Amino acid sequence: MAENNILELNNVSFKYEKETVVKDVSMTIQEGQFFGLVGPNGSGKSTLIKLMLGLLKPTKGSIRLFGVPVRHFKHWEDIGFVSQKANSFNSGFPATVLEVVKTGLVSKTGLFRFYNKKDREKAMKALKTVEMEAYSDYNIGELSGGQQQRVFIARALVSEPEFLILDEPTVGVDAKHVADFYKLLRRLNREEGITLLMVSHDIGTITEHASHVVCMNKTIHFHGASHEYNAFSNDDLSQLYGHPVQQLTHNHGEAEYND
Amino acid sequence: MIESFLTYEFLQNAALAGIMIGFVAPLLGVFIVVRRLSLIADALSHITLTGIAASLLLEKRINAINEWNPVYMGMAFSVAGAVLIEKLRKVYKHYEELAIPIILSGGIGLGVILISLADGFNTDLFSYLFGSVTAVSRSNMLTVFIITILVAAIVLLFYKELFVLSFDEEHASVSGVNGKLIHLMFIVMVALVIASAMQIVGILLVSALMTLPVAAALRIAKSFKQTIGLSIFFGELSVIIGLITSYQLSVPPGGTIVVTAILILIMAITYRKVSTQFSLKGEAL
Ligand SMILES: Nc1ncnc2c1ncn2[C@@H]1O[C@H](COP(=O)(O)OP(=O)(O)O)[C@@H](O)[C@H]1O
Ligand SMILES: [Mg+2]
Repeated sequence: MAENNILELNNVSFKYEKETVVKDVSMTIQEGQFFGLVGPNGSGKSTLIKLMLGLLKPTKGSIRLFGVPVRHFKHWEDIGFVSQKANSFNSGFPATVLEVVKTGLVSKTGLFRFYNKKDREKAMKALKTVEMEAYSDYNIGELSGGQQQRVFIARALVSEPEFLILDEPTVGVDAKHVADFYKLLRRLNREEGITLLMVSHDIGTITEHASHVVCMNKTIHFHGASHEYNAFSNDDLSQLYGHPVQQLTHNHGEAEYND
Repeated sequence: MIESFLTYEFLQNAALAGIMIGFVAPLLGVFIVVRRLSLIADALSHITLTGIAASLLLEKRINAINEWNPVYMGMAFSVAGAVLIEKLRKVYKHYEELAIPIILSGGIGLGVILISLADGFNTDLFSYLFGSVTAVSRSNMLTVFIITILVAAIVLLFYKELFVLSFDEEHASVSGVNGKLIHLMFIVMVALVIASAMQIVGILLVSALMTLPVAAALRIAKSFKQTIGLSIFFGELSVIIGLITSYQLSVPPGGTIVVTAILILIMAITYRKVSTQFSLKGEAL
């Protein structure tokens, strides 16, 4: 096992009930990489993310985070997560944006300790990163879907994680903000050295920005550097998606979902 | 009024227990409401009644436990009911809310059998159902005091865990929060508070004291902390005004407390309506 492995999956399989949803998946993510996880709807991407985070237990195989088996992993502050369902919360929930972002510090603050002034500053800094600092006192339910999404990214960033996992964070965000969003991700990855794993079914854009790509549909069909992925032909992709796929690359963040 | 308060110990007990309950019931109520668990409060109050009936029956059959206060048996049943609901929720993974009617109807069914076997509650029944200003003994009041301190301390110490769990369970889990343990602790606290509050507001209205002040606060508050503060304020207001009018009019405090809480709720809804219209007009100008 290499020292700088952030995530290792070894022959991981999983089924909710009878049908296997994730089958024999092995992959490794190393420090500093920007991984794109792509595949059609229902291909098991979100399930795989939940397995990585210990939210589900694999029926077979092993998962390690920072070299530690996920069930023994304790340093949750090193991981930031934005769920696909992030903004399906109860929209009448009486909480301010600031209160929500501070929950990203729960693991760092520890049992029997309270948030202090420094935590508030950290939360404001994270909000600034996603350009939402003007909304800190707003009720979370008052914001638009795209704004909420940015707040949840701030919540994931506030503990200064080394590894950030995003499950389809650009769905419901308009095209202009998608471009800004990728700019933000690139900055986090290059300047702050944060390792990224981003789920997307927008193959074109993700391969343009990510350093590595995993393509899955229950099992892994491609795993490697983005530039090698471009050699992976449209025929293979169509086979994977079950219908012809028009691969739209290098169109700089226009909205395009091969759904 | 003041004079009789100083003269009669029972009034002091009721007033002090009421003030503590007016604090702690809405405090837990906020978490209950935002997690959409309001019906659990109803289920637990009904199973408290079963415990009280069981205690009264035992008292009748075995003279030795004459000194027992039925409230404690009610508390034990309420806590057991809370644990049972959690177990049932796991059995019916896709129909978690089924646990509530199962416990609620089971509690009433068993309760009514026990009541009949004990030849009816006679005068007590009414005060258990709708509360009483005379039923709180000094030792009951002290029990309520201990429960209040305990619950306030736990909510303070686990505030951030309770909050993250209420807002987003999945996020709580990937933050290393032991959701199952905290939830169990929470539901046991709810059971204890319900059995405490039952003495003042009665079994049928105890869930109202946990939810109505919160419903009013939700119309006004911006933040979660404000929601908690306002809920407690409205809860105290309802209990204090309710207890005084209950004594003056000689009616059960459950009725007066809940009616006060409803009036506060109506005022909060009106306030919100008026203030949004006002701000809309302001923007139009
Ligand atoms: N909680 C669940 N219980 C049962 N089946 C599920 C559950 N969540 C997802 N599935 C099924 O697992 C498969 C993979 O789903 P998912 O991981 O969400 O795919 P993706 O994120 O790639 O769209 C789908 O067929 C979906 O219907
Ligand atoms: Mg998904």
